[in-house]
Amino acid sequence: MPRLVSHPDEVKIVTSRFGKGAAKIDTYLELGGYASARKALAEGAEWIINEMKASGLRGRGGAGFPTGMKWSFVPKQSAKPKYVLVNGDESEPGTCKDHLIFLHDPHAVIEGTIIAGLAIGAKTGFIYLRGEYRYLIQIVERAVADAYERGFLGKNIFGSETEFQVIVQTGAGAYEVGEESALMESLEGKRGVPRIKPPFPAVVGLYGGPTVINNAETIATVPHVLAMGGAAYAAVGSERNGGTRLFGLSGHIERPGVYELPMGYSLRKMIYEVGGGVRGGRKLKAVVPGGSSTPVLLPEEIDIGMDFDQVGKAGSMLGSGGVVVIDDQTCMVEFALRTISFYQHESCGWCIPCREGTDWLKKSLTRFHAGFGTEKDIDNIQYLAENMMGRTFCPLGDAAAMPTLGFVKKFRKEFEDHLHGKPCPFAHHPEVVLV
Amino acid sequence: MSVETMSIFSPELSARFDELVTRYPMKRSALIPMLLYAQDEVGYLSDAVIDEIARRIGITPLDVRNVATYYSMLRFKPAGKFNVQVCTNISCMLRGGYKIFDRFQERLGIGHKGVTADGLFSLEEVECIGACCWAPAIQVNYDFHDELTEEQVDAILEQYRSQNAGGR
Amino acid sequence: MADVTFIVDGKTLTAPAGTLLIDACRKAGIEIPAFCYYPGLSLQAACRMCVVRQEKVPKLQTACTTPVADGQVFITESPEIAQARKATLQLLLGNHPLDCPVCDAGGECELQDMTFKYGAGESLYVEAKQHREEQKWSPAVYFDRPRCILCYRCVRMCGEGMDVWALGIQNRGVTAVIAPNGGDHLDCEQCGMCIDVCPVGALTSGTYRYKSRPWEMKHVSTVCTHCADGCKVTLGVRRANDGMEIVRADNRDKSGINGDFLCAKGRFGFDFVESAERLTQPLVRNSAGVLEPTTWEKAIRHVAKRFQEILSARGAGSMGVIGSTRTTNEENYLLQKFARTVLKTQHIDHERTADYATFHGLLVGSTGRAASLKEIAAAPAILLLGGNPTEEHPLLAWSLRSDVRLNHARLYVANTQAIRLERQAAQSVRLSDGGYEKLVRGLSGDEAALAGLPGAAAFRDALAGEESLVVICGAEFRGAALAAPMRWGLSRPQVKFALLSDGVNARGAADMGLYPDLMPGYQLLAGDRPIHTEYAGMPTTSGKDYAAMMEAAGSGGLDGLLVVGADPFAALGVAEGALKDTFLVVQDCFLTRTAAQADVVLPTASLYEKTGTVTNSYGDVQMVRKAADKAGVKPDFEILVRLAGAMGVDVRMLVPFGDAQGARADMGQTRGAQAGEADRHAVWLAANGLEPKLSPFDPLAILDEVERLVPEYKLDRLNLFAGNESTTEPGAGFVSVESLLQRKDGVVATHPGLFDSGLLSERTSALQEIRRHQEKLAVAAD
Ligand SMILES: Cc1cc2nc3c(=O)[nH]c(=O)nc-3n(C[C@H](O)[C@H](O)[C@H](O)COP(=O)(O)O)c2cc1C
Ligand code: SF4
Ligand code: FES
Repeated sequence: MPRLVSHPDEVKIVTSRFGKGAAKIDTYLELGGYASARKALAEGAEWIINEMKASGLRGRGGAGFPTGMKWSFVPKQSAKPKYVLVNGDESEPGTCKDHLIFLHDPHAVIEGTIIAGLAIGAKTGFIYLRGEYRYLIQIVERAVADAYERGFLGKNIFGSETEFQVIVQTGAGAYEVGEESALMESLEGKRGVPRIKPPFPAVVGLYGGPTVINNAETIATVPHVLAMGGAAYAAVGSERNGGTRLFGLSGHIERPGVYELPMGYSLRKMIYEVGGGVRGGRKLKAVVPGGSSTPVLLPEEIDIGMDFDQVGKAGSMLGSGGVVVIDDQTCMVEFALRTISFYQHESCGWCIPCREGTDWLKKSLTRFHAGFGTEKDIDNIQYLAENMMGRTFCPLGDAAAMPTLGFVKKFRKEFEDHLHGKPCPFAHHPEVVLV
Repeated sequence: MSVETMSIFSPELSARFDELVTRYPMKRSALIPMLLYAQDEVGYLSDAVIDEIARRIGITPLDVRNVATYYSMLRFKPAGKFNVQVCTNISCMLRGGYKIFDRFQERLGIGHKGVTADGLFSLEEVECIGACCWAPAIQVNYDFHDELTEEQVDAILEQYRSQNAGGR
Repeated sequence: MADVTFIVDGKTLTAPAGTLLIDACRKAGIEIPAFCYYPGLSLQAACRMCVVRQEKVPKLQTACTTPVADGQVFITESPEIAQARKATLQLLLGNHPLDCPVCDAGGECELQDMTFKYGAGESLYVEAKQHREEQKWSPAVYFDRPRCILCYRCVRMCGEGMDVWALGIQNRGVTAVIAPNGGDHLDCEQCGMCIDVCPVGALTSGTYRYKSRPWEMKHVSTVCTHCADGCKVTLGVRRANDGMEIVRADNRDKSGINGDFLCAKGRFGFDFVESAERLTQPLVRNSAGVLEPTTWEKAIRHVAKRFQEILSARGAGSMGVIGSTRTTNEENYLLQKFARTVLKTQHIDHERTADYATFHGLLVGSTGRAASLKEIAAAPAILLLGGNPTEEHPLLAWSLRSDVRLNHARLYVANTQAIRLERQAAQSVRLSDGGYEKLVRGLSGDEAALAGLPGAAAFRDALAGEESLVVICGAEFRGAALAAPMRWGLSRPQVKFALLSDGVNARGAADMGLYPDLMPGYQLLAGDRPIHTEYAGMPTTSGKDYAAMMEAAGSGGLDGLLVVGADPFAALGVAEGALKDTFLVVQDCFLTRTAAQADVVLPTASLYEKTGTVTNSYGDVQMVRKAADKAGVKPDFEILVRLAGAMGVDVRMLVPFGDAQGARADMGQTRGAQAGEADRHAVWLAANGLEPKLSPFDPLAILDEVERLVPEYKLDRLNLFAGNESTTEPGAGFVSVESLLQRKDGVVATHPGLFDSGLLSERTSALQEIRRHQEKLAVAAD
């Protein structure tokens, strides 16, 4: 069972019901659950969207797109049914926050889905969880069944004339399916290959109908936003970055875990105070600030506030909020190799630059790490990554290229140390297999 | 002749599939869950499984294969009764994921994608399973085991051996 | 859609709003490279070769998915773009086997061309390439995986284009691979379209692989010989010991009525030309009763002498002539003229496969009521009555599918059997025998007739709502049964018709008057049209038809019978020896059952070895061009002229050759010139009637006469000689249907399959091998 952690600096909004048995519908109700949905039903779509816009909530899936704005893009009139799609595919290495939400507060996801449905005029919501989360799927399915039983879902939700259905869907192992259009493909029973955009999902999405896709954390935040009011939620965070966010601290950190901190919280404090510093008192070598696809930051770069804009300015991205701490005993070539192996394994294979690019990166890094690299290889690795950037069909290619460029640029010396058959100066695992 | 009467699945799973295909706006949406549940019951996606699912959804077996081969949890050869999946992705790697993997290799005498001779265990190195903050983590079938040490490997294997002996 | 204006590389272009940039550019002569884009197939944006820079857009954009809009500014070539393309190529080449010297696609490979253009010469990688054995998916299709660049064209062509869906994509990432539906083999129509669209040499043709290099071949565009749809096919020919051999057939120049399409027969069905059974010497039955090889001179003289003897002893009507649906218009025209004016007989017929006489009779006096294939392919609505296009008229099926898919046309299918095109149909009704008659009555307003036909009322209502319609009738519609739907259609404005047939020139044989009672252009035997004047002296009572002729010959009622390209012994089940009292001359490529009974057998050139025109089911006339050459054989046209000459006829009466107008000859550039300058000159000269017909063996020498005497054939020569189709106008004919409806239609139904065209497919080893593959699959499926 994943351990829950706590720190005084935390502002518990989304995590407020964690550890309190809120997966049980009665407990959830006792803790104020479904009040936001009722209110949303009474107040109507415009009010919901206005509150969401006021909250400054930005998508927690990675790109940080303002949620209220996304919802407002959905056309009011549509010949085809509209849908809400909750993205619980959570597969970005370093990220396990949605895991806890499904485990401790599944009703918050359901309630958020209902509200999103009311906001855009959808009658059906899908909650898609990655296939590995089978035990969580069972928890969410139980919660959905309970909500149906109470009349919170179904033909007449909360006794109203409004219909809303929720279907829980399982994936079967594919990171790329987390990309919103690939997610729709997967939900339609197809290969997880992204779609050509435009049209965007808000206009032509699932089954051809307008669709809002949000990360599970985004959706679980929605009832809280409505409960406390958009402006109050916004006030918790930093400028243009409303509220809190679940940060996952992992890697060489003394107290790993998922912490709910206000947006804009200092990265340095996050590592050294909330997380208790680098494990075993070692020296910090690098930090991956937002999941494996975000470029690493060096120790001298961690005096930033953790929000989308500040991390972006520092040359990386807030991403999915997975903060991976790396100590000075780590080989960055190996780290780069393991990161790239992931993207090579997960590339859907649709477009040439990503399919072939990740494969050549992996091959080059494997050979390089094994001590058979040449000077030219370092440039080649950089050349490969540069030529993938911005050229692939979906952002997965960038997700592989960006961190690679970071590794090569910031740790070129370490790459050079692997040249000419020199053994890796760190204890390391010889090679990554994974086929 | 209804599909159910000639099903290769258990009556329970058949019934579940009958319901599943009616759940979505489009039958095909049931495909991936069906593949996974069928694999849970049969052990892997045999030709017969693929053919029946194709029939139930009304698409070609080729189409089913196109989709099934895309997803990494789906397999086309039997795995062990207990499929040990060790995450070695970055967060786990930093906290000893490879050591855990090596210990399993050594204890089971098999490598990546291997199956023990008695068919009890299979081993896989997998990508991030969403347990980064509780690394290193593994999954045995669908059960998570996290914050592992090498020493716990034996106990975990023992747990499943006795579960097997207990006939569960 | 309204036109929009935008700028590409500094040039101002206009195109309808929403046109894809790649198409707009190509139309304007700006070439944008692409692997995955293929016009008419769904968009992929997967290869990223078509990237261009659009002003005010941060990332490079794919031209294949960018619809043009007013005011946009694009750059399609720049160092940045060239670098992006080069990098993509480098990635591909890293794993590519680079076996260009032995690859079938070498010289015709888009990857090779791109590499040449963007100079991705040096390799960045030292890792070993992955080798995988080539796989044989069927006798028609081979797959070489390392060469595959995953453009998905084949998958889409098979699925979207052919509606067969036999190819898929399996695995993901770098392990992704194109996979056939049978696991290790293909269970499909073996059309080979996947090979055609493959930009590299990953999918190769069973009949062509490792045989030749593209630059060793001469490429000749002609018309496929196997069915009545008349696809343009490009034959790759190479010098051989006994002439020119065909090494490949494909659809290289996609300018024909078939566009992208070619079926298995067109693509793989050419090696009958090289068959060991091919006749290459004239045979004359000797005194011992055995067919013995002889020279052309002896054979021709022998036949001419016997014909003359019969004619002087028994007079007019003592001989019969049977033509075929495989010979050209010129040959068929000449054959009936020879019969009528030299042999003095009206016992003329051919193996009829559709009732074109009735079809024409119904259209007389109207204009624009016959649908060409191109009109069908673009029609907003089509009613298909009977027939089975997917099996028997593959190009029609393709055109209908494409029309539905790309133009959102509505297809209405009424049939007595299940046919594949129902999948594309907006509505379909399944009828029992006799159902067509009721349905048509229902369409014409007889409500009661529709009772008991499920779905027929909705079908009728939908048809009633169509503003314009093409009605296509299967060959089973004849006589009164054909007249009924056509009369219904004629009663409405904007309805066009087509009648399906079998045989590459089935329509042409009928149009050219291979009938015992109808002259070219379906004119009656008696009359005062120009043809009657020119044919003065021929007998004017109707002759015997095909079956009657055989019967008469069997009972000694015909003294001579000339059979050109037909096999009545096989078609009618005539007993061996039945014609022993008839002087039987057979012109054919093979020793057919009929030829085996002949007194003289004259070996002929196949359609791929001669020049002329043919007319498809839809009345589209196309040029046939000589591609291959076989020593020892002669075209039927030449044989007939030689026969006439040997009989003492002034061949100038038969074939108006020579320099009638006094135009000067362009001696170096007579017909047969196939490339470049000479060809363009020849086309223009011929089209404008300025080219002297230097020889009576020149089949085109008779085309003037056909155009003059056959009212339907007013051909657009410039188009025709340039290799395009020219359509005929049946409404220009003279004989209306009333006089035709009384006669026997004499149609013998043939139902060619996907790999079957009778004699020629039987003699094509490639098609036979494909058939065996298909049969094995069918057995395995049971
Ligand atoms: C390769 C790739 C993987 C992604 N994986 C996930 C994921 O696992 N979970 C998720 O919520 N968003 C993921 N995203 C982001 C989604 O595409 C989408 O932006 C997000 O679900 C929108 O929700 P939000 O606005 O609430 O953040 C991924 C994007 C890419 C390009
Ligand atoms: S970048 Fe291309 S190959 Fe990679 S996952 Fe996206 S579409 Fe697939
Ligand atoms: S042609 Fe545009 S991406 Fe391939």
